[in-house]
Order: sequence, then structure tokens, then C-alpha cells
Amino acid sequence: MPHADDVDAVRVEGLTRRFGAVTAVDALAFRVAPAEIFGLVGPDGAGKTTTLRMLAGVLPPDAGSARVAGCDVVRDAEPLKTRISYMPQRFGLYEDLTVDENIRFYADLFATGRAEREQRATRLLAASGMSEFRARLAGQLSGGMKQKLGLTCALIHRPRVLLLDEPTTGVDPLSRRDFWRILYSLVGEGVTVVISTSYLDEAERCHRLALLRGGRLLLCDTPARLKSHVRGQVARVASPRPREVQETLARAPGVRSVLLVGTALHLGLDDSGRIPELERRLAAAGLPWDSISRIEPTMEDLFVAAVREAEEEST
Amino acid sequence: MSAPAARGPSVAVDRLVKRFGSFTAVDGISFRVDPGEIMGFLGPNGAGKSTLIRMLCGLLRPTSGRALVAGRDVAREPEAVREHLGYMSQRFSLYGDLSVLENLRFFGGLYGVDGREFSERSRWALEMAGLVGREATLASQLASGWKQRLALGCAVLHRPPILFLDEPTSGVDPIARRAFWELIQQMAATGVTIFVSTHYMDEAEYCHRLALIHRGRLVGLGTPEELRQTTLRGVLLELACEPVGPALEALQDAPGVFDAAVFGDTLHVVAVSEESARSGLPAWLAARGVRCTSIRTIEPSLEDVFVQRLGGRDLQEGGAA
Repeated sequence: MPHADDVDAVRVEGLTRRFGAVTAVDALAFRVAPAEIFGLVGPDGAGKTTTLRMLAGVLPPDAGSARVAGCDVVRDAEPLKTRISYMPQRFGLYEDLTVDENIRFYADLFATGRAEREQRATRLLAASGMSEFRARLAGQLSGGMKQKLGLTCALIHRPRVLLLDEPTTGVDPLSRRDFWRILYSLVGEGVTVVISTSYLDEAERCHRLALLRGGRLLLCDTPARLKSHVRGQVARVASPRPREVQETLARAPGVRSVLLVGTALHLGLDDSGRIPELERRLAAAGLPWDSISRIEPTMEDLFVAAVREAEEEST
Repeated sequence: MSAPAARGPSVAVDRLVKRFGSFTAVDGISFRVDPGEIMGFLGPNGAGKSTLIRMLCGLLRPTSGRALVAGRDVAREPEAVREHLGYMSQRFSLYGDLSVLENLRFFGGLYGVDGREFSERSRWALEMAGLVGREATLASQLASGWKQRLALGCAVLHRPPILFLDEPTSGVDPIARRAFWELIQQMAATGVTIFVSTHYMDEAEYCHRLALIHRGRLVGLGTPEELRQTTLRGVLLELACEPVGPALEALQDAPGVFDAAVFGDTLHVVAVSEESARSGLPAWLAARGVRCTSIRTIEPSLEDVFVQRLGGRDLQEGGAA
């Protein structure tokens, strides 16, 4: 990804927002390069929505600054509106208007020309597999289709930066994949995407991401580099008697954590060289197991490790 | 937790059908679930998942077929079925403007848990949720992890042998989420049967078995491991390519490639085998102006399983759920 200072699509420095006694966003700093998909990732209450609202110029920060698509979100709020698109969690679709009428409404709002509107709508609807539903009422679309229509409306005026707040929450995996396919094709055209999600597995689809918790930035990097920084190894043991395996292995040397996940156990190890010793212990205890294999740490493993580290540092 | 009400399967569903007019929402589904099992329902919106769950909860009468829940027939004894169930959804279960204790009282009243039984069960729920001393706090003021444990406490106040969870941990802090699933797995270990309905693959991983539902039918049933091992036609490969866009296009008709999709900086490709991909793909891509720098086999996620099982089965439905 190109990352020259003067061409950042988004530049955030010391961004802070308080609501009464609660600091919803606490001195956040990050940069997003053009044509990057940047994820704001964390649980409810992490500050994702507040951050996006400030980037969209609809909520003033208490401190710090943010530049989006070359505009200061406070001083240049008007030009900002034409250069970006913001899709909040409850995007304003008119349920008693058809798909086409909703698109026309947003095109008029952003004064998009008729010919361009038609051409763009046709292409976007085709990309999301919705061409045949143009006359259907928005209220009669499924959840995933509504999100894709929202995206089409948000894109009708060719924004440079697209801000999406949890667009895939409650959307099934098939529609979610469709949605991401559209996002990847957009960045191919040079659009920058900032997307929030509380689904940690979805975070892996971003080019870079910020892990947020309680308004603070825990980590910020590419998914691959974040994972390479996880200390130690994660191994999975499948066994028909997982609870007994858990008890036997929890006390073994080099085992930092044991997590029961359905029919398998996830072990946090200091070194994968420990696996033969663990197998010997299970054999000695007479416990059956199918395999102990190294697996890649998940985003959740990463998140939990980052929180624990932050807590260790603060005590 | 109490022992299950009856021996044998906790839930037995036999050729269950539900029609709404000319639309068949549930089309001949059969399965059995043992006491203590955690069973996940996965499927796209409108697949028939909620209709199936509503029938199992005794809220909707089946058109034909039979479902026994805790030994009771859902069509003949819906009230008795409901007495044996707990239901919890992360987003809708609690009354935000009632206190912790008032929420427990409300659900106690609903399930007929009172007197000595109520004081015993509410104490248990408060301890389990880590809310002892915070009985007067409004539910809306609890952090999401506590809120969710309180909702669980309310849902199991009457010691149901069967518990339905609807996306129970979506949006919850990962540390609280792990603690929650540890609790659920302990409940299952004491014989409570747990049903989980979710779009969230991280939640599906915690299930002992998964039922994939599509267009009213069961299109997959097995442990997460079985589904991972038996679903893909070939292997799942991660390819690092430059540039990504043209690579995706070139892979659409590459020999030995079934499917290709962008995933972050890389491509996920379903192919016949890693060997054949290694010997053929770099040259195929180079001839189309794409440099391929690495190919490695990766384990399919449950989302890959889900998409493969349902993919190609007429995805352009898009209608109302």
C-alpha cells in the first residue's frame, strides 16, 4: 500500500470524544492510505460508531483532529459531505419506496446527473446481484439485500472515502461475502473504505485494522503482521473426552491457557516443541485424542492476548 | 441444573414440515439431539431456521411430521414444551429500565418460580453473573458481558432442560465471550441441551454439532470437524499475487480451480490439490501478467464450509425473509 504523508485518505491525531463522564474515544491516532480497506474492530462500546461519526463530520471531536479526503472534519464540513459517504448502522432506506426510487432519492440529494446515475446504478446493482429487483419495495428485501441497496445509495455520487458502520451485523455469511466482493472491487477503483465490525473473524478481510477497546487503540497493523506478533503458539486437540483432556493438559509445562471450544481444545503454548510431551501425557492418562496440531491464532486469540498485555502493563 | 426430564433423545424431529400458503418454510427436516449436546443452526436469512425454532418452542403448529421436545409432542402439548425451555437472545432479552433484581423477578413470575425456589435460583443467577451487590443497578447500565450473563440467568431461572440461544454473544467483549461459553459448556456437561442459532462463525465453533439449513431443508449435519473435512471438493489454498484484481479474473477459468475470492491482501482459491496448483498456476498467472509469490494450503473456516455447502444452490433469491 502506498503511504506517503501528503496523500493519506484519512489522518486521525489525538481524536477524543467524551459523553458526560465517559470517554467514548480516547486520543485515537491512525492513518489510512488511498484504496485501502481499513477496519475499526472491537466489541460494543469500543468507540467504533463515535469514531465514524466524527470522521463523517456529523459529531464534533472534543480534542484532536481528523482529515478525511483532504478535508478537516470540523473546518471543511461542507466540502467533506460531497467527497465521502457515510452509511450508519440504520441507513435511511425508505421502505415504501422501490429499490429504484431509493437510488433516485439519494442521487438527487447529492445532485448526481441523470445519465451518470443510471449508468452507475445499473453497474452497482448488477455487481450485487440485484438487477432484477429494481421495482421491488425496499421493505420487502431481505437483510442482506437491504445492506447492498444501502451501499448502492451510498455510492451513487462516487465518494472518495466510504465510511461503513457495522454493515454486516445480522447478515448471513453468503450475503456477507457478496458485500465484501463489492468492497474489493471499489478499492480497485481507488475508493478508500473505513469499515467497523464487532465480528473478529471478519477483521481478517481488511487490509489493515485498528483493534479498539474502551475507546482506545489496542493494536493497529495488517492482519498477518498482527498475528505474527502473538507470543507462543496455538494448538488444537480434538478428543471425544475434551473435559478430561483439559484437566490433564492444563497443568502441563509450557501450557499457558486451555480453552474448550465445542469438541476441541485450543491450547496456548510457549513453544510448539511441547506437542510430543503433551501426547505422552494423554497416553499415560489413557485418554483418547485424534490429533494435536498447530493452528493459526485467530483474531480473537490476538485480541485477548493484547488486552491481557495491556492489563499486565497497567498493574 | 436439573437432570433432563426423560431418557433418550432430548429432541427428536421426524419429517417436520411447515407450509405458509403455497410456501414451504420447513420441508421435511429430521434429526435427533441428545441431552447435553450443543447443537447449532446455521442458514441464510429466510432459510427456515426461525420457523423450525418456533415449532420446537411450541409457538407454531407443524403442518405435518412430528417433533418431541423433552418427551412432549410440540403439536399436542405446546404449553408443556414451553415449560421445559429457556430462551435467550443477546440483544432483546432484558428490560433496560428495570434493575437487575427486578428483571429476575419478572422472569421468575413469567416461569412460575416463586418463594423459596425464587430466592435460591436468583441467588444462583446473581453469583453466576458476578452481580452480587449490584442488584439495584439498572440493566441498561451494565457492561455487555454482565448484561448477557444476567440474561442467561433469567432464561434458566426455572431450570429448563433445553435452552435456546440466539446469537448470544454478538458484539460482546471477547474476554466476556469466552467466559460465557465456558459457562454454557458447563451447563451442557450437566445434561442441559443447548440450541444455538447464529450467523456468527465464532459461535458455531463452540457447537458439538451443526445443522445447516437452506430453503427449508437440512443440507449438512455433523461436528464442525466433520463438516470441515467433508465439504470442500478439493483443498483451500491461500495465494499471494500481484496485482490482486487481474489475478482474480485470471483464476476464474484456470484449470483445476473451482472457486476464487479476494481475502484481504491475498486470494482464497478452492483447487483440486496443492501439487497441481503449484505446478500449473504460477505459469498460468504469469501468462496473464500476474506474479504469484506463494501458494499454501490453509484450513477452511466454518464460513468456507457454509458458503460451499450453500453455494451454487440458486443464490439469487433475494426475496423477503
